[in-house]
Amino acid sequence: MIRLENVSKSYSEGIPALNDVSLQIGEGEFVFVMGDSGSGKSTLIKLLLKELEPTEGKIYINNQDISAIGRRQIPVFRRQIGVVFQDFRLLKDRNVYDNVSFAMHVIGTSGRTIRKKVPQMLSMVGLAAKYRSYPKQLSGGEQQRVAIARALVNQPKILLADEPTGNLDNNNAWEIMNLLEEINARGTTVVVVTHNLEIVRIMKKRVIAIEQGVVVNDVGAENTQWEDAVSDKAQDIYLSGDKEAGGFFDED
Amino acid sequence: MRISGFLYSLKQGMINIWRNKLFSSASIATMTACIFLFGIFFSIVANFQSMVRNVEEGVAITVFFEEDISEEQLQAIGKAIEMAPGVLDQRYISADEAWEEYKKIYYEGDEEAAETYGDDNPLETMSSYQVYLRDVSQQQDLVKYLEALAGVRQVRQSESLANMLMDFNRLIGYVSMGIITILFAVAIFLISNTVSVGIAVRKEEIAIMKLIGAADYFVKAPFYVEGIMIGLIGSILPMVILYSIYERLTDFVAEKFSFLENLMTFLSVDEVFQTLAPVAVILGIGIGFAGSGLTIRKHLKV
Repeated sequence: MIRLENVSKSYSEGIPALNDVSLQIGEGEFVFVMGDSGSGKSTLIKLLLKELEPTEGKIYINNQDISAIGRRQIPVFRRQIGVVFQDFRLLKDRNVYDNVSFAMHVIGTSGRTIRKKVPQMLSMVGLAAKYRSYPKQLSGGEQQRVAIARALVNQPKILLADEPTGNLDNNNAWEIMNLLEEINARGTTVVVVTHNLEIVRIMKKRVIAIEQGVVVNDVGAENTQWEDAVSDKAQDIYLSGDKEAGGFFDED
Repeated sequence: MRISGFLYSLKQGMINIWRNKLFSSASIATMTACIFLFGIFFSIVANFQSMVRNVEEGVAITVFFEEDISEEQLQAIGKAIEMAPGVLDQRYISADEAWEEYKKIYYEGDEEAAETYGDDNPLETMSSYQVYLRDVSQQQDLVKYLEALAGVRQVRQSESLANMLMDFNRLIGYVSMGIITILFAVAIFLISNTVSVGIAVRKEEIAIMKLIGAADYFVKAPFYVEGIMIGLIGSILPMVILYSIYERLTDFVAEKFSFLENLMTFLSVDEVFQTLAPVAVILGIGIGFAGSGLTIRKHLKV
């Protein structure tokens, strides 16, 4: 589904954000990508969305070399991938229904299909009753649910979630993770970039750890121990509860 | 683009105008002023051209013949004139008709003096063709053509009037073109600014659209709609204003310059607007499209 072959990305300053990264994510997998700030996670997401081009190496999505995709074909390519962000990125002047239907309008879906699909998607994320609410009337968790509904309404094969729980409290964070797991169970490949070690530890999914642009660990779901996946230095930071540095919770 | 997509873009374009009321109003006002002035100049030029045409129809070239010309040659010249490009009408004036006309003009009230000629016709050699032109600018070419015809002794033309009319017409055309070009450049600049403010306001929305795979045209369409709507409103408004004041204006000018009443025959409001209205609307839409197109190309990399 997703394959990176010796991918490097350097910005103009010359320091590589990603350095010779090779990895493969299969169809229907649920994968966590972990790493410190500046480790190259965001660059990875941007490369997968073809917002950036790799300096070296090849990226394949659905067996298609995405470097061969022309500028005009990028929108069609991106419809295979749903994206969710830490800050939700909802349109504040539109209600829940319009935020979700917006994603269908922009790819030219017919009005009839939009009217049929949007309520289904809102039911799936548990927001059917709040379809007329505006983002500011919703909790963080609810806003992220809207963002997930928007990302999934066009039925992408892959869902990229960039720190989806970063702005949420523990309860909301778990609700979102459960929702993502449910989405994965329905067949969507889910890639979650996160700092939340507790979630990674409890969910026992495959973890890819990136440090300074290099994949330092890639541990399968069947034997994942979060301590195996993440370096000692990262563990120290996270366990210290230093949220600025990426820590999320107090170890109990 | 599907109908739902088209309607969506249309709605978003309208929302852009509404959200961006201040800039949109400024652009519509400028556009209205530009098209209004364009309408005024257009009306002046159209009316002036109509007046020039009226005068031109009265400007004749007179063709005189060799003294010993035969009837066949005379007819051949008549045929050749008829075939010449730019000829609106021609009339043969015999020597007798010419003398009668002359007497009417110069011996009016003193007919006895004319009687001294008795049956003699002092204009015996002055039979001629009066040739009327469709377009006074073709006069020189026609004169050359007529002078080259066999049997033609002399071709008389009213060169100065023709040239004056042509020069004046050209001057009005150039001045109005210059002013209108400047005004339209200002209008394009303002619409372009308005659309760029709209793009800045919707920056986040555009970023999301791109990420979820919106086609290029879908991202751009609302901004084109915005520019085109500004252009459209800014062209319909001045047309309505101009339509309602045109007759009052022409009446006013006719009254002020009543000494020129023979020359000043204005076109009716419908005659002017059957060309002006579609031209103004197309111009408005075109300027709106160009203004938004410039900004979209500059600020909206999709």
